[in-house]
Amino acid sequence: MSIDNTTSKSRREFIAAGLLAGLAAGCASKSPFTPNDESVKASGEMVKLLSVDGEIIEVDKAFLKPVPDLPHVSNAEERKGIGGKSFVMVIDLSRCKNLRKCQSACNHMHNVHPGQNWIKVHSMQDGEHEAPYWEPTTCMHCDEPPCVKVCPVDATFKRQDGIVLIDNNRCIGCRFCMAACPYSTRVFNWEAPVPDSSSNKEYSCETSLPQKKGTVSKCDFCPDMTRMGMLPHCVSACPNGVFFFGDMNEDSVTNGSETFRFSELVKDKGGYRLMEDLGTHPRVYYLPPVNRNFPYENGLENEQKEDY
Amino acid sequence: MDSLILSREKITSDLLPQRFNRAGIIWTGTLIIICIIGAYAYYRQLTRGLVVTNMRDYVSWGIYISNFVFFVAISLVGSLITAVLRLANVHWSTPLTRIAEIIAVSAIVFASIIIIVDMGRPERFLNLFIHGRLQSPIIWDVVVIGTYFFISLLLLYFPLLPDLKILINNKDRSPKWLNRVYRFMGSFWKGTKEQFKISDKAITILCITIIPVAFAIHTVTSWLFATTYRPGWDSTNFGAYFISGAFLVGAGAVVVAMYIFRKAYHLEKYITDFHFEKMGRIVVMLALLYLYFNINEYLIPAFKMKKPEESHLTNLFAGEFAPLFWFAILVGMIIPIGIMLFRKGRRPLPMFIAGVMVVVGAWFKRYLIVTPTLLHPFLPMDNVPESFRHYFPSWEEWAIAMGSLAGALLVITFFARIFPIIPIHETIVDDEKNV
Repeated sequence: MSIDNTTSKSRREFIAAGLLAGLAAGCASKSPFTPNDESVKASGEMVKLLSVDGEIIEVDKAFLKPVPDLPHVSNAEERKGIGGKSFVMVIDLSRCKNLRKCQSACNHMHNVHPGQNWIKVHSMQDGEHEAPYWEPTTCMHCDEPPCVKVCPVDATFKRQDGIVLIDNNRCIGCRFCMAACPYSTRVFNWEAPVPDSSSNKEYSCETSLPQKKGTVSKCDFCPDMTRMGMLPHCVSACPNGVFFFGDMNEDSVTNGSETFRFSELVKDKGGYRLMEDLGTHPRVYYLPPVNRNFPYENGLENEQKEDY
Repeated sequence: MDSLILSREKITSDLLPQRFNRAGIIWTGTLIIICIIGAYAYYRQLTRGLVVTNMRDYVSWGIYISNFVFFVAISLVGSLITAVLRLANVHWSTPLTRIAEIIAVSAIVFASIIIIVDMGRPERFLNLFIHGRLQSPIIWDVVVIGTYFFISLLLLYFPLLPDLKILINNKDRSPKWLNRVYRFMGSFWKGTKEQFKISDKAITILCITIIPVAFAIHTVTSWLFATTYRPGWDSTNFGAYFISGAFLVGAGAVVVAMYIFRKAYHLEKYITDFHFEKMGRIVVMLALLYLYFNINEYLIPAFKMKKPEESHLTNLFAGEFAPLFWFAILVGMIIPIGIMLFRKGRRPLPMFIAGVMVVVGAWFKRYLIVTPTLLHPFLPMDNVPESFRHYFPSWEEWAIAMGSLAGALLVITFFARIFPIIPIHETIVDDEKNV
């Protein structure tokens, strides 16, 4: 418990500290920030913060205290999921130009092995005279997940909030799930992971970190982020707002700057799911590549980089 | 038949296990060396991870899995020769039963070993029992393969009991430690009427139970593939297709073993041309059956050429895998059928050649069932290094696969060194019946 169980602690601390400072600034109107603890000495280094009144205030850095980390989530809770949620993603193909910022952010945050990707951006052309388009794929978090059906040890499982996760401490590395997944979304840790800041941390199914040699991994919908009320890394990394993430129970999805009613978005834009005929019931919806923001050819530039 | 004039003593002395001759020592030594190389390759895999193989995210199952399917297939022959023929009251198969049973036991053991080799986390093997989930076909496989192993072992052991008594009575023929093994395994067997009655009953029960279990092991193994959506695997034909192929390769292996044991131990009086003639008919029938299922398996999807199937099938028929595909069809089925359809082809030497062809063809056939399908996923193979788009096994994979095959042969070799490979007691009984 004493060891941190999350990957992005420094980032989280920073944000939490910012929030705390912001709140403090809002509540105590006279003195913007007064430390309770007299022993803290000002360092002289000032940090600019935005108060709730919209004013920019300056606070000494030494007075910013990190809030304690979120309580540790047990393996049983991780397997159960976040109560009352039903996560869903919408990928708008009319906005994608194969920039792959989603991919690099995801790989970085999950320490995905070099050369492998949890998110892939496919160059698709469905038929001979049809128009090509870019199609990012994540794990579809199917409601009838073929991977979960075949796992012999319950190492990959479906949670109440709709997310399909992997317990890398239990996975035996048989790779049946990889054969079963029609979306080829799963990757395998063929060798030991490249060491990074997560290497010494306690393993968590929700961060999928640290990566474990000899086990399967895949897109996890970043449940560690959603637990903190934040968006998955791919959603916040995409500058074109391709990815929308949200909760079906609230019927809303957002890409960070725009928020839609999920049902209306899918209805108005003609949303669909991949390989509907297989009966996997994915949780990722696609909006067709119509009225595109970019021509297909704009993405070709990044395609060249791909060949290793 | 020749055996009519044989005395009890002659049969016993002919069939008791013999020391390795020069060829036997070279054979055993070679197998041990191959096993050691395989073990070293596995040591490398354990320390570095599965990265020493050439399997990657798309081809996530390679020759380990096709080798596993091969072993499971070949082990089915135990039930065919021992159980099916015994229940059908066919007596000519008596000298072949033990050969078939030891092939079955040895193959099923190495099937289990190779599947553990394929695991990314072999040290978590017990998770299958601690956290096992009944809806996974892998758990079904664990259950039925375990059951099949024990039934096969008992079917090997019970008919061995009267022979153990003969071995114990011929102390001078074997070293001290072997006599101790024989006594440990069979000193309780006195050969009384009551014991024979119990033993015969047990063998009959085992023969009946092994047939559904044998069907189950290979059907479930086929379901490891058929329960997925992938082109080439998504087939309702798979269970029957796998079982017919398994009976074929198992019978082919028995023919090869018959020929080698006959040559090595001079058993011409016991494994006669008549046995080859009979086995030839069985193998031809099984090869035709397997060919029939192959036509179903490839022709019908090829008639429709659904989009996901198209690239897979054209790749097999005329692409990268075409030479191997046609090799497996021709050498594994059509040429052996051509040889063994004729009486002249059912003599020992041509039968041996046809048997080798069936077994080699079958090994590559399993490879063709596993790997090409994985190279044709539904979504294109994008955003991966070039090496992910192809598959050719690394030296470690070859060494481990060959090591497992050598290990299976080694088990059979040592078994034949320690125990009579042709049942002595049953041969005497059959012989006396004939008189």
